[in-house]
Amino acid sequence: MCGFGGYFGSNRDGRPLLEKMTAAIAHRGPDEQGLFTAPLIGLGHVRLSIVGLGDGQQPMSDASGELTIAFNGEIFNYVELREQLRAKGRRFRTLSDTEVILHLYDTMGEDCVSMLNGDFAFAIWDARRRRLMLARDRMGVRPLFYTQHGGTLYFASEVKALLQVPGVSAEIDPIALDQIFTLWAPIAPRTPFRNIHELEPAHLMIADESGIVARPYWNLQYPDRDSPPRYTDERGAAEELRALLTDATRIRMRADVPVGAYLSGGLDSSIVSALAAGMTPQGLRTFSVTFDSAEHDESAFQQEMAAALGTHHSAVACGAGDIARAFPEVIRFTERPILRTAPAPLYQLSGLVREAGLKVVLTGEGADEVFAGYDIFKESRVRRFCGRQPGSRMRPHLFRKLYPYLPSLKQQSAEYLAAFFGAGNDALDDPLFSHRPRLKGTAAAKMFFSGDLRAELKDYDATAELVSRLPQDFDRWHPLHQAQYLESRFLLPGYILSSQGDRMAMAHGIEGRFPFLDHRLVEFAASLPPEMKLKGLVEKHILREATTDLLPPSIGKRTKQPYRAPDSHSFSGPGELDYVLAALGEESIDAGGLFSAKAVAKLYEKCRSRPASGFRDNAAFVGILSTQLWLQTFTSASIREAEAA
Amino acid sequence: MTETIRDKVKAFITENFLFGDTSHELADMASLIENDIIDSTGVLELVAFIEDNFGLAMADSDIVPQNLDSVARISAFIAAKAAMPVTA
Repeated sequence: MCGFGGYFGSNRDGRPLLEKMTAAIAHRGPDEQGLFTAPLIGLGHVRLSIVGLGDGQQPMSDASGELTIAFNGEIFNYVELREQLRAKGRRFRTLSDTEVILHLYDTMGEDCVSMLNGDFAFAIWDARRRRLMLARDRMGVRPLFYTQHGGTLYFASEVKALLQVPGVSAEIDPIALDQIFTLWAPIAPRTPFRNIHELEPAHLMIADESGIVARPYWNLQYPDRDSPPRYTDERGAAEELRALLTDATRIRMRADVPVGAYLSGGLDSSIVSALAAGMTPQGLRTFSVTFDSAEHDESAFQQEMAAALGTHHSAVACGAGDIARAFPEVIRFTERPILRTAPAPLYQLSGLVREAGLKVVLTGEGADEVFAGYDIFKESRVRRFCGRQPGSRMRPHLFRKLYPYLPSLKQQSAEYLAAFFGAGNDALDDPLFSHRPRLKGTAAAKMFFSGDLRAELKDYDATAELVSRLPQDFDRWHPLHQAQYLESRFLLPGYILSSQGDRMAMAHGIEGRFPFLDHRLVEFAASLPPEMKLKGLVEKHILREATTDLLPPSIGKRTKQPYRAPDSHSFSGPGELDYVLAALGEESIDAGGLFSAKAVAKLYEKCRSRPASGFRDNAAFVGILSTQLWLQTFTSASIREAEAA
Repeated sequence: MTETIRDKVKAFITENFLFGDTSHELADMASLIENDIIDSTGVLELVAFIEDNFGLAMADSDIVPQNLDSVARISAFIAAKAAMPVTA
């Protein structure tokens, strides 16, 4: 149930516009399409049927016809909610989760969102109050964009639907581009499209004739650093975690179609697959990507885990040529410049799932944020450790231990290791302490910005804006929790879930579901003491304790291998593609006006001549290429040309 | 001699790490790391450049910021190393 668009306000050609908007996002909902119009309101929906196959058509109105909803996503606790509502006398005409939202809204109004356990974005038209309510899920799984034009509010699951509105066109937002080239993602509600915004995760928006107001309905909270821990018994915490994760998985297996799972070979997807396999008596189907590049490949672990679980496993091989060939489509679906190629293999993977005839998969996404799995959490801890003895020659070697998969660190001296990671240099009370080296390293890629772009940006500082968005309580949190917050509230919805999650899955009409992002589990994990999550330098400690019996030791004890894909080398190796040459050529770069053509040419030559590039060169290469593709795909001139053809 | 070394070093850094961008002049004493001109991969590229262009063998102990973290330091290091008698 996976895509919608609409408007609130006057619109003389409502129905034809809605048809264009839904056509633009047809990939999200290949099974059905529906429209609803009334004075002041229009809703269009495209549906991927998963729950209530026969009776979940949308947009859906209640029995009185006064409430109408267009809904993207799933409400996993709809069974329990429906029973509660029935007990209060509510009558249901369908078995869908969509109708549950309508009834809940009718009884609770705006506060209905607090009862929902799910991944969702929806629009409810309340004809009685002449009011539109938009809502988006807590963790930012399902997207929702909006813009205002001619006094009317337009909203949709993807920007490409909004671009169907006459007068709304794609134009780069320079500040968003600066944010992407510094923070890896724009700071919501800003998007790369000027004047097109994103409804922030855990927010709702109320639009009526008096105006438009957006507000949060949920916040991710961590305990104060000095407060007594809520959990001191590790075994008890592990048991509660296991129960929560099992229930989160159970309710995400609710579907009228088969549910599969991604099985990357890592801890998180192995746990989810193990739990799901236990709930799938007919046999679970699992899927993974394998890489030609040994540095990135995890197929041995995938096969071991699939064999241990007895799943029916399928894999898609990803070579450098595959990433380059898929990349233009990847950008059409991410709808934004990106600095890594990691979404591309996931685009291939969702294609594999679709070919296998499935529509839904569980994944392990979110565990690294919620249970402190990322290397950046360990790196930050080591940096603080080094900062306490800046002159130490031994402590910096811990960085090499952290990153065994990075060849460029293998030969470095203690002094260079300390210098690269900013050990001892950064103020320990910097709110962005954990991410500062990465932000600086990424921002170096802005040296390719054109003179015009630099002039437009002037002294804009993306990191200062990020700091200004942090919650008031942030300073009172433990450093690990501060770092987790940055990953969970900013990078997870802004980059991981958008570029690697929803958008890559939905490109092939696949719905991803994420047990680790069940808000009950998120809240529970946030309340745990830091040492239960990152124990010394062992990541996701409590999660391992809770799931030991589910996994072969080789997987349960694995140090995390980050999910990565080959970057610039994918485009400049054998079988170079014409579109890359064209996109990075002087004519295209100058036409775009965003980068220095001379510098880009030198970068391209450097990446071609050497297979191994550093993070900055890789980020710059992929960032520039994806921005050029974005311009080609979305800007008005291209659209007008496409329409003229 | 040092002047020629400095020009070669500066040209390499400008071309390979700044991609020809001369809008901000690179000061001889400017830290390459603190100004985000090189990262860990960049150091390896710099070492390869020194070995290839000046015929020097870099020992692990040579690869430290005090020797390589600015145009001036690199130039002085190369000049000093080239002047040392070769020992078995």
